[in-house]
Amino acid sequence: MITAERKPFDTVYEFARRHKKVLVLGCGTCVTVCMAGGKKEAEILTSQLTLKARQDGVDLEVEEHTIERQCDREFFDEATQRKIKDADAVISLACGVGVQFCIEVLPDAIVYPGVDTKFYGATIEQGLWSERCGGCGNCVLEQFGGLCPVARCSKSLLNGPCGGSSDGKCEVNSDIDCIWQLIYDRMKKLGRLDELEQNQPAKDWTTGRDGGPRRILREDVTLEANP
Amino acid sequence: MPKSDGRLEQLFEKGHFVVTGELGPPKSVDVDLVKEKAGHLLGCVDAVNITDNQTAIVRMSSFATALLVQGQGLEPVMQITCRDRNRIAIQSDVIGAAAHGIHNILCLTGDHQCFGNHPTSKNVYDIDSIQLIAMIKAMRDEGVFACGEEIRVSKKADVKPPQVFIGAAANPFGDPFEFRVIRLAKKVAAGANFIQTQCIYDMERFAEWMKQVRNRGLHEKVKIIAGVTPLKSVGMAKYMRDSVAGMMVPDSYIDRLNKAENAAEEGIAICIEQMQQLCEIEGVAGIHLMAIEWEHKVKGIVEKAGLLPRPTI
Repeated sequence: MITAERKPFDTVYEFARRHKKVLVLGCGTCVTVCMAGGKKEAEILTSQLTLKARQDGVDLEVEEHTIERQCDREFFDEATQRKIKDADAVISLACGVGVQFCIEVLPDAIVYPGVDTKFYGATIEQGLWSERCGGCGNCVLEQFGGLCPVARCSKSLLNGPCGGSSDGKCEVNSDIDCIWQLIYDRMKKLGRLDELEQNQPAKDWTTGRDGGPRRILREDVTLEANP
Repeated sequence: MPKSDGRLEQLFEKGHFVVTGELGPPKSVDVDLVKEKAGHLLGCVDAVNITDNQTAIVRMSSFATALLVQGQGLEPVMQITCRDRNRIAIQSDVIGAAAHGIHNILCLTGDHQCFGNHPTSKNVYDIDSIQLIAMIKAMRDEGVFACGEEIRVSKKADVKPPQVFIGAAANPFGDPFEFRVIRLAKKVAAGANFIQTQCIYDMERFAEWMKQVRNRGLHEKVKIIAGVTPLKSVGMAKYMRDSVAGMMVPDSYIDRLNKAENAAEEGIAICIEQMQQLCEIEGVAGIHLMAIEWEHKVKGIVEKAGLLPRPTI
């Protein structure tokens, strides 16, 4: 999933108080799972904003609404579009994709980000999420026993651990596992250590962000291709 | 056929046991300080490493400092890390360095920027140290850039590749320990001509690593220079032990420094003993003495270790 964290309340409140009527728009997919921007968080933020505005004597009306996904046009149904149009501004609790897509669907809407989008990660345990993929556009997992050095090594090293790997931890922070320790252990278990002795050439980064903003065009599934 | 016109390569060719030093560039345009440090090292070491913004703290560039040091008659080993520059910038620097007669380049991954004075910066790591070695080797031996294009100004012009002696680092004290010799083998396969190790305090572990190196015959394919750093104080020893990733300082050394009347003198005595022990290990081709901000002590240390005078060519 795409993970996110709630922005500090004061930041969001500052966005909200610029307007008279604000819609807090939750997203029912990734940010719901990582407890940053789903229906529950939208309800809480709405209450907090309303309460704070009342305390400050600020004239602010806050409404809350959550849709299944803010990155898909089909979920912006008529009721949702009306709520957005009725509000002076939207605080979207979706990831950065949802915030922008909301504007693409309704170009006249003022949409603020209510969360900070973080990374592609997994839920490790309740309340703990961890990065697993960097979206490099050319998956190398097979070569490393299913563990990603591009996303999970602080230096994206493809040829083994740097000198800073110590007791299985990364030099950057002891909360970070050295992915090369994990790759080594797993490849050893799989009897594939010899593969790690092969030198990996410099990576072609064009499939990632370095090739410029990306898009995927599947002609076989576009509506024009399937009349 | 020699890889470079450098002194370091020639000394190895002639079978000498080499001594390299280290010079950290200043955090300012203090040319006099560079010259002063170079003066302390001149005649005491065969070549001197010029660090590339070590610990991610902004300093005079390794390229510029290397030129200043070269002007003082010392042979520089220009360090290049992968942290701050991509393959375009690095290849440009390699050509520039070779054009200025810098004969030795040491290829490093580089400390993460979180350790330095610009922790909010972006890092690069376009290539890693092993890919960097392979890239420079291909530039030198095949006359091609990383993209495959030939290193020449036109199709009619001669290929003019950078003639440099390629170095790399090895840390026998990082984890996983079993991977450390694999890393070395990969660097040798990539084209490293010489290796400088992380500073050694745990002699037992180093000896064990060297055994693995010899078992793979790597010492016959690459010159291994053993790294040492004199401990200036108990505080420094503890800092090295506790705060530098992948560094092991045995308690016996810390005890000796604690008990000594003059810890600095004891640190130097320990360093000299280590150098003498390292000379005896099969496959060790030299000493890399990293006297951090202690350049003026280098002469005495090298002399007492029995490694002066340095050979002439």
